[in-house]
Amino acid sequence: MINFLILPILIPLVTGVLLIFAAKRIMLQRWIAGISSVIAIILSALLVQKVRVDGIQTLDVSSWEAPFGITLVSDMMSALLVLTTSIIAFLCLIYSFWSIGEAREKFYYYAAFNFLIVGVNGAFTTGDIFNLFVFFEVMLMASYVLLVLGGKKAQLRESIKYILVNVISSALFVIAVAYLYSVVGTLNMAHISVRISEASQGNPPGIITVIAVLFLIVFGLKGAIFPLYFWMPGSYYAPPAPVLALFGALLTKVGVYSITRTYTLFFYHDTGFTHQLLSFLAIMSIIAGVIGAIAYWDIKKIIIYNIIIAVGAILFGVSAMTTDSLTGSIFYLIHDMIIKAALFLLAGIIIAIAGTSNLHKISGLIKRYPGLGWTFFIAALALAGIPPLSGFVGKLLIIKGGFEAEHYWGAGIVLMSSLLVLFSIMKIFINGFWGTPRAYKGEDKVPVGKMMIAPVILVVIAVFYGAGSEYVYPYILQAAETLANPEIYIEAVLKEY
Amino acid sequence: MKTNDIILQTATKVVLFLIILFSIHIFFAGHYTPGGGFVGGLLTSGAIVLLLLAFDMKTVSKILPVNYIHMIAVGLLFAIGTGAGALLFNVPFLTHAFGHVDLPILGDTSLHTATLFDLGVFLVVVGVTMTIIQTIGEDE
Repeated sequence: MINFLILPILIPLVTGVLLIFAAKRIMLQRWIAGISSVIAIILSALLVQKVRVDGIQTLDVSSWEAPFGITLVSDMMSALLVLTTSIIAFLCLIYSFWSIGEAREKFYYYAAFNFLIVGVNGAFTTGDIFNLFVFFEVMLMASYVLLVLGGKKAQLRESIKYILVNVISSALFVIAVAYLYSVVGTLNMAHISVRISEASQGNPPGIITVIAVLFLIVFGLKGAIFPLYFWMPGSYYAPPAPVLALFGALLTKVGVYSITRTYTLFFYHDTGFTHQLLSFLAIMSIIAGVIGAIAYWDIKKIIIYNIIIAVGAILFGVSAMTTDSLTGSIFYLIHDMIIKAALFLLAGIIIAIAGTSNLHKISGLIKRYPGLGWTFFIAALALAGIPPLSGFVGKLLIIKGGFEAEHYWGAGIVLMSSLLVLFSIMKIFINGFWGTPRAYKGEDKVPVGKMMIAPVILVVIAVFYGAGSEYVYPYILQAAETLANPEIYIEAVLKEY
Repeated sequence: MKTNDIILQTATKVVLFLIILFSIHIFFAGHYTPGGGFVGGLLTSGAIVLLLLAFDMKTVSKILPVNYIHMIAVGLLFAIGTGAGALLFNVPFLTHAFGHVDLPILGDTSLHTATLFDLGVFLVVVGVTMTIIQTIGEDE
């Protein structure tokens, strides 16, 4: 079927619309949303297999041929990210059943949830730079709803900040696209790449470098790199756990994906400047994230700062631009999506039990909740990259690629950061789970068993992703090869080129 | 203070239909000339807003007992359905079809599936505008 690659976008879209009609009937909403996201997982898994067998899939929407119309492109990287997104969406969804509360469920929570997935999957799939902007907006609109739903004081305060930052960065995005269009005269990403290559014979024009930096600022704001992450610790702190898990696992990663895509497909001519800048910012993100993660005594804050560290590590791999480091980046990107979702969901359970996220006021949880404790422990080890868990392979490849590209001190900092990540996450484990057990008000009302389903599945996936990396590796390698050799992507989209 | 808005109310009763007729004209004009679902929708919601200004929310919701949020959803279904129809014929998503049909009274008419898509846009625009205005209005 020619339209296969659009289905992971179309299914949540239709689901979201249907859920608007069922807003007041909670059980019906849960069934519709649950079944549709299972179907989405199956279809995106089939899509990954199709890309593996038949190569890059493209779809010229509305039958306008590339480069004139909008083209959707599923290469291995985008197919893998769509699959990961579908899995995380399903698990966050079933976690929401027992934790989000009836009031939100009746106020279009599940509809907004599905529209968010439309935006994320669309951004991963599109092959048109302006269409990328459109899907960013779809995703952001839905995230505004999810952030503000519930209307607590902190949520409203952070929503204003979040909307302001994103409106400004969206404006910059349009400006950057307009600049790029005025220089290359096309919006199709493969065609842009061709035109930039033609213009950069020998010496790339300065304007292309300016545009590259502009795009870095735009995507850096969404992806929370140094020094543009300032809005994130506050805004992500406000919403409830499943929304936080979605934001932390998916939204920043869309920014990271966009940087990876543009910096490997468009702006690979003046690497001496652009990729040096990217690697510097990536290293600074790691340092800033580590400082935050160690300094705070708040569960949510610690994990949120760990997002910034991960973003830094992934982008460091991208900036090195070797096949090894790109493989590592993609490996680590998928690992981080899974494990951050797991950690945020686990943190949500801890907070639901203790009624606070302040580590000073939590202790001895492992006595009453051993399952929760050990799941958290495995997730923590996976995050830090202890072999054979999932963080290890990715980080190893990133560091190897860093050494190959002779970024010795950068690779060293990535290596060192693992240790401090382990320290920051163990701080939660040691202070929250060890020590004398306390009695918490209202802890008996928390359905811990049911809430544990989603994070346990995520941790199991993370374990298999690490232990079975030999089976995953060919897929990731295929994705990295497309990134390292833009011709593959261009040929698939423009055919005759 | 009781305001005397009899002129506004009387004028509205006439102007309302003119605006709605014009919005329908603009909606269909969008097929080959400037216009379309978006402006058509804005004009229609402009007419309903005029009604709101001349009378009050209770009266208007009695005249037009519409759930505007459902209207957005119906509009979206129209738009998505037009796009997804392409899936049945195994052509790329959003590919449209058109042709000339001999209708009884109108004669030779060109029909285009883009009109259905535009109808979706029309409904979404009216739904969104009215939801926003009602929400602001309720706050007082």
